[in-house]
Amino acid sequence: MTQTSEIILSGSGGQGLILAGQILAEAVIRDGKNAVQTQSYGPEARGGASKAEVIISNDDIDYPKVTKPDIVLAMSQEALSRYAGELDPNGTLIIDSTYVKAPAQTDARMISAPFSRLAKESLGKEMVANVVALGALAAVTGVVSMESLNQALLSRIPPGTEVLNKKALELGWKSARQAAA
Amino acid sequence: MSAVLPLARLMQGNEAIAEGALAAGARFFAGYPITPSTEIAEILSDKLPTLGGKYIQMEDELGSMAAVIGASLTGLKSMTATSGPGFSLKQENLGFAAMAEVPCVVVNVQRFGPSTGIPTAPAQGDVMQARWGTHGDHSIIALCPDSVQESYSLTVKAFNLSERFRTPVIILTDEVIGHLRERVCLPQPGDLPVVDRKKPPAGLKDYKPYQPGEDGVPVVANFCEGYRFHVTSLVHDESGAPSTNPVVTDKLIKRLHDKLMKNLDEIVLSEFCQTDDAEIVVVAYGAVSRSARRAVKEARAEGIKAGLFRPITIWPFPEKEIASLSRKARAIIVPEMNMGQYRLEVERAAQGNTRVTGVNKVTGELITPSEILAAIKSL
Repeated sequence: MTQTSEIILSGSGGQGLILAGQILAEAVIRDGKNAVQTQSYGPEARGGASKAEVIISNDDIDYPKVTKPDIVLAMSQEALSRYAGELDPNGTLIIDSTYVKAPAQTDARMISAPFSRLAKESLGKEMVANVVALGALAAVTGVVSMESLNQALLSRIPPGTEVLNKKALELGWKSARQAAA
Repeated sequence: MSAVLPLARLMQGNEAIAEGALAAGARFFAGYPITPSTEIAEILSDKLPTLGGKYIQMEDELGSMAAVIGASLTGLKSMTATSGPGFSLKQENLGFAAMAEVPCVVVNVQRFGPSTGIPTAPAQGDVMQARWGTHGDHSIIALCPDSVQESYSLTVKAFNLSERFRTPVIILTDEVIGHLRERVCLPQPGDLPVVDRKKPPAGLKDYKPYQPGEDGVPVVANFCEGYRFHVTSLVHDESGAPSTNPVVTDKLIKRLHDKLMKNLDEIVLSEFCQTDDAEIVVVAYGAVSRSARRAVKEARAEGIKAGLFRPITIWPFPEKEIASLSRKARAIIVPEMNMGQYRLEVERAAQGNTRVTGVNKVTGELITPSEILAAIKSL
């Protein structure tokens, strides 16, 4: 039977959501499943809305865009208001409460943690908030194994940042487990 | 002894074109980067020098295409990559390559137009530009991938066809496929055939560079390999010298046409998916064929006999294939991210045998499976 998960990672340009989408898709392939990743972005390098889409399946993926997301990660207020409404009622909404002050009204399961603030305060670099969010996504959805996520992460980050990124992933995992408890 | 399993990995469409080019033996790239094709230039600027090749960022697209022609004449497999606005600027010299029979590959990652349009949004507005963009009556090959894996294999094929027939070959992809990242298993070196252009034997007394072989393709020597001759975009005789002789002119133009049209079996690639018993056939190419594939599956699940015909070689046009489908199908639907450029050709080839309709979307977004399914159900 075909099992498919459609995922939206959304926020502002510069938060690293497209890179997060690539890492997630590569990790899923390492898990032995199929994945596609697409993106939409404005002409700006920083600021502006940014969205990565990832579809995971154990079958061929024909249409490469998300039609009804099962999982939405929102790392800005604008992203939340734009995409939370599209979420499947049985889906999962993951919120970075650092920037999302007014959570959505949704029937979907909602997990909220301050990924950006945690990255800044615990690791000294807000830059890795995307990796913290990925760790949280893995913890609460189970769509990808932490082992593959770790491997995919290490293959796509600059040398010298391995320890920082590994810590960020674990931090996200723990924060989501606590938020979900 | 060890059977190496191809390693599955995540790759982007544009990256696959760059890797495919290197696997085909491309060693020269000249271009002027433009969204959404930039990754091709970026990757090749990094990798070509490590393989003894050359990357040149030119002053503009006109210069890029000229440099590609010059490099190819020296024997290097040469290419450029662009999007709609840059493709327009390459057209004049693309015609030079067609006329002077210079092998080269031109990638157009289509974005939304006309003009600068929406640089980051997809479209299929350059279908006719690929066919008729350069002036004069000419033949051309254009290939249209619908996946990252195929972006790789078709790039190898594009170089092979350009070397085999001494013609420019266009890879007409789009923003969706160019920027799509998905799972690929790249073939091992040697798995895909690589074709190199023929060379004349050394020391011929009366060498004529533009004298055609039996297949209509001349054996043109690379520059600096022993023969001195003239290359021109003017009408020329078999020695390469300009001519206005009507007999020479007629022979040249017809040969340029025939060398492709009489070898369609080697050039026209297409995919038939559940078309054998199909009452409704969807004809789709590039990213839209992925939406069409899903729509056909959903229609079949509802008991509708639908099928997909996917032209992989979009030029030369698959006349025989469309004519044959038109005799069996109750209707043909052509979904496109333009106002119906390919539909007109499908209508012509269907010769009134069946009804041909379009699904045309010009919002800067990919056509969805449900939009195609709705069209299937409405017939």
